[in-house]
Amino acid sequence: MTETPKLTFPHPPARPDQSPDFSAIEVPEAGILDVPPLDLTSIDARPYANGMVRVLNDAGEAVGPWADYIADIDAEALLQGLRDMMTMRVIDQRLLNAQRQGKTSFYLQCTGEEAIGCGFQRQLSKGDMNFPTYRQQSLLIAAGYPLEVLMGQVYSNQLDPLEGRQLPVLHSSRDYGYFSISGNLGTQYIQAVGWAMANALSGDGTIAAAWIGDGATASNDFHSALLCASVYQPPVILNIVNNQWAISTYTGVASGMARTYAARARGYGVPALRVDGNDYLAVAAVSRWAVARTRAGHGPVAIEWFTYRVAAHSTSDDPSAYRPKDEALAWPLGDPITRLKDHLVLTGQWSEERHTQAEAQIRDEIIALQRKVEAEGTFVNPKPISPATIFKGVYAEMPPHLRRQRQEMGY
Amino acid sequence: MIEALRDAMDVMLDRDPKVLIFGEDVGYFGGVFRCTAGLQKKYGEERVFDTPINESAIVGMAVGMAAQGMRPCVEVQFADYVFPAYDQITQEAARIRHRSNQMFSCPLVVRMPTGGGIFGGQTHSQSPESLFTHVAGLKVVLPSTPYDAKGLLIAAIEDPDPVIFLEPKRIYNGPFYGNHTGKSVTWASHPGGEVPEGHYSIPIGKADIRREGTAVTVLAYGTMVYVADAAVEQTGIDAEIIDLRSLLPLDVDTIRASVEKTGRCLVVHEATRTSGLGAELIAEVQESCFWHLHAPILRVTGWDAPYPHAAEWDYFPSPARITRALHQVMEA
Repeated sequence: MTETPKLTFPHPPARPDQSPDFSAIEVPEAGILDVPPLDLTSIDARPYANGMVRVLNDAGEAVGPWADYIADIDAEALLQGLRDMMTMRVIDQRLLNAQRQGKTSFYLQCTGEEAIGCGFQRQLSKGDMNFPTYRQQSLLIAAGYPLEVLMGQVYSNQLDPLEGRQLPVLHSSRDYGYFSISGNLGTQYIQAVGWAMANALSGDGTIAAAWIGDGATASNDFHSALLCASVYQPPVILNIVNNQWAISTYTGVASGMARTYAARARGYGVPALRVDGNDYLAVAAVSRWAVARTRAGHGPVAIEWFTYRVAAHSTSDDPSAYRPKDEALAWPLGDPITRLKDHLVLTGQWSEERHTQAEAQIRDEIIALQRKVEAEGTFVNPKPISPATIFKGVYAEMPPHLRRQRQEMGY
Repeated sequence: MIEALRDAMDVMLDRDPKVLIFGEDVGYFGGVFRCTAGLQKKYGEERVFDTPINESAIVGMAVGMAAQGMRPCVEVQFADYVFPAYDQITQEAARIRHRSNQMFSCPLVVRMPTGGGIFGGQTHSQSPESLFTHVAGLKVVLPSTPYDAKGLLIAAIEDPDPVIFLEPKRIYNGPFYGNHTGKSVTWASHPGGEVPEGHYSIPIGKADIRREGTAVTVLAYGTMVYVADAAVEQTGIDAEIIDLRSLLPLDVDTIRASVEKTGRCLVVHEATRTSGLGAELIAEVQESCFWHLHAPILRVTGWDAPYPHAAEWDYFPSPARITRALHQVMEA
């Protein structure tokens, strides 16, 4: 009997008319993986790339070698992490509402993924540079970026340091280690490699962190970056945020038959780890390890953060058209804020009452700040920036043809 | 011209430790056209190195390096190979200064051999300049003499913004007047082949009047400067030949002053006609010099067909075609 070749077309486990089904996702036990040496090779990274570093178990306890690795991170630092994530979530909710009210054109939340950026950023140092995607605003929160500037950018108002040039959430801040976001997917992954090569050449001791989503790992820049990182060994951390969805496209369309994205990095000779991205402690531990490795000159490392995109892709998207409404509730790795809170309550460092109180306090602070920011202009109540600014910075020095066009515009 | 380009990189590698040279085959071997020969040996592998065959990676790395303060000057082996890097050039390098409101910038140079006349077929002969002159934030330079090549490349490396540096490979080794069966000429016999030692730069944005005249203005660049010159000599018409050198920004003042004087204009380029740079030049001349014009502005260009191999000399704008166009523009 002969068989004819047949194509496969990957499908998500469930569509809107079906019950969520994550039974195919294997969730390894927390605490079973060791902390590898900083000079881990891609060959020895196999268990880390195929497994999953997890610190918090189902009971909320921090367990295993990675928990010991960050035992010095005290209650105050963990509470700061919790506050970072809570602040991020409130800001997402408030700015989503503002978009619904027509006060801005667009917004994009990172709900469910807060632990990744918040936990990672706290392990970086001044001078290190992230090359984020549009869903890493949590890096800015944990970097202590002024929230009125962050919100002002979303309203393209007088507080926006980019003077309305960029879509909301495409922030840019050299001082806070946040490279200008392109909005074209993937392109910045290879730029981070180049930036890190410059760091190594100048010997300034700083590192770069590239960010990409699971969907954009399909882009040529992902492969270019892994290859060039492997070839030149610059101090770069190659982060892959696997949140299962690329707008409406299931992650399987980007992964094919590969088991994990981390494993894919190993094929380029780049050691890689897969991490429970909803576990703040696992994020903190692996980030600290990766930063130490990279800064010590052991070369690049890739990290797949395993998580779930709870929110819509953006305000222009309606996920109920392609996935079950309650899929997020079924996500086997839970919610990052709840998990860290439960851990802190369990260890006596926090309580439900204080949490509720903190939630209300953060909300009040953000709402008060948002009022102040909105007074500087929204799409409903605009305080326009001079349109002549569109000609500023096209070049360092304005060439004659732009000067003529600016005059033609009336400025 | 190859030695002049190498000399420019040599001068800049020596003057500025932030200058880096990389691309396919540019390191140990020194480039398929030998433009970087000896530079790795002189400056070391950290300054001059080979890359994977991946143009988007070459330019993508350069974007990150430039944003972090380096001065990368990268080579794309042929302009025909630049397209994988088009995203990095047009959406990233060209815009980083503007979109970050000057928090970041991208001072890089992408060098690439351009144009035909070497029996290179479709993938070693194209002239993609207008695909870059259409992009806000880029500068586009195309020299036609060794002297200009060195001065402009130094200016490009020193420029605070991304520069596309197109090298007309047909005249790498000497001027070419359009007669492919004729004896080849070296730069030694041409005044433009005289290249001073050390550092000098030529400002980007300035055209050069290569032949003064009063009857008609010929706008050309690269190899076509010489082919146009041969045609002008054949006709005996007192044409003024302007070598644009900088395609973005354009030296509109020099163009305008010339056409106001001559009242006639012919544009010559190797690239395909439709939406080519000639269209922009003609629009510019028409807008600013209409009342001085005695005749319609004409253009001689490559045909709107893929660059041929065997029929190259029917495609490449010839002195005969330019001669006909010169007569036509003078008759009206």
